[in-house]
Amino acid sequence: MQLTNRAKVLEKKPMTLAERAYLPAIFQGLSITMRHFFMKKATVRYPEEVRPFSGFFRGLHVLKRDEQGRERCTACGLCAVACPAEAITMVAGERKKGEEGLYREEKYAISYEINMLRCIFCGLCEEACPKAAIYLQPDKMAPPRYERDEFVYGKDRLVEPVSPDERSVKGIQLTSEQADTLRARIA
Amino acid sequence: MFELPALGWQSIVIFVVFALSLLIATYCTYAERVIAAFLQDRVGPDRAGPYGLLQPLADAVKMFTKEEFFPGGANKVLFVVGPCLAMITALMSSAVIPFGNTMSFGNNLFFLQGIEVNIGMLWIFGVVSLGVYGVMIGGWASNNKFSLLGAVRAASQNISYELAMGMSLIAVLMISGTLSLREITLQQSVAGEWQLWNIVKQPIGFIIFLVCAFAETNRTPFDLPECETELVGGYHTEYSSMKLGLYLFSEYVNIFVVSAVMSVLYFGGFNFPFQYELRDWFVSSQGWELASAQNLITLLGTVGLFAKIFAFIFFFMWIRWTLPRFRYDQLMRLGWTILIPLAVFNIVLTGALILFGVI
Repeated sequence: MQLTNRAKVLEKKPMTLAERAYLPAIFQGLSITMRHFFMKKATVRYPEEVRPFSGFFRGLHVLKRDEQGRERCTACGLCAVACPAEAITMVAGERKKGEEGLYREEKYAISYEINMLRCIFCGLCEEACPKAAIYLQPDKMAPPRYERDEFVYGKDRLVEPVSPDERSVKGIQLTSEQADTLRARIA
Repeated sequence: MFELPALGWQSIVIFVVFALSLLIATYCTYAERVIAAFLQDRVGPDRAGPYGLLQPLADAVKMFTKEEFFPGGANKVLFVVGPCLAMITALMSSAVIPFGNTMSFGNNLFFLQGIEVNIGMLWIFGVVSLGVYGVMIGGWASNNKFSLLGAVRAASQNISYELAMGMSLIAVLMISGTLSLREITLQQSVAGEWQLWNIVKQPIGFIIFLVCAFAETNRTPFDLPECETELVGGYHTEYSSMKLGLYLFSEYVNIFVVSAVMSVLYFGGFNFPFQYELRDWFVSSQGWELASAQNLITLLGTVGLFAKIFAFIFFFMWIRWTLPRFRYDQLMRLGWTILIPLAVFNIVLTGALILFGVI
């Protein structure tokens, strides 16, 4: 049965002697693979070599500080609500007297955790944040680890590091106790 | 001078050859992976040590620490004998290969060769054909239909291709008139004469031998005994741990031996161009003694032989990552209807050429 008249009748030509001998085809194949031997390799040796990121790549999160070095996050929970992967958990606390140099608002996050195995790096937390506190860095990725719990990033790894000395330059007075805890946190 | 008995010298050479073939087989696994990677635009293993050079060690540790598994219903004795036999036969055949010319210390002349026998070629041929027993016994003892099929394939494939291989060797024998590999090597280069390597006199024979060598070592495109798309793993489906390692290892040792045989039979063995001129130059213009100049040439020749062997090993791997596997009926048709008639034709042609004094 013929449905259309577009069918082409193909004539199967008998193989030539060179084709039947098979050896010329082998040499052709060998030359192709040898060309690939000397080609530039596609491999990126990851931890040593990193591919260039685009300018708006959404990588590892950071909790920003304001221009006086105080944590911006007020633990409002909007990021956790916005998160489609439910990767963010936090515990809110009230700022005590004398901690004005550490936290910007009266409420702050006692703990703030992001599970990097759940996170899909969509950046919705960044968009939801009213304080511009959480930010997905364009030049850093969550590095590989051996244990699952090592992927749960707490405040120790999320908050932007700042050296205590730098803060005193900026005119913020710290008690010696506060400076010690900060130093320990950075270390 | 310290007198070394001939037997002591021989045992040293045998030990060195044994260690070398194991070392080369070890690094063949690394080379295979790196070459495969390079031919596929990758870089291959580069984590263990500089350039991944410790990768074979890591592999060996992995192999040794894996669970040793015996399938139910397997014949335990033969199950162990199989890989041992494969390894023993693979290592035995390198004993007669001349890895270098004579070394002289004082009045003693030593051959860089395990055993010099006048039936070297026959020995290699016999031992290589014994190698199929390792595969056959291992596949049968596994009590697994895939293993058995792989073993049956290996046996029939090796028998089919041994015929053509043997006949291509007969043509070499007709030229050289000897079975001693050492003699065949020495004939390919004579001082003061324009002497060509056997590849020039036996191009058809060499191609037949090369194709058969691929089939005998179960390498792609003839790796049907371990064809993983059809037979899981072929004859070594049920093997694990170092018993599997021995099978894989014996394949690489076989490649090394076959490469060495091809270098010796067709590519002049330890000879290299202008060796006598170089020796005479050392004697006449550098004022060396003839013996020490000869020793140096011998060592250079050994290096040259290994360069040839490594080139062949590279070729084996190059082919593996270029050609797809043959179908089994294609394999049989190639062996019986093309290679064997071609080998017979080659014998007749060689005979005619000898008769008319061309070679």
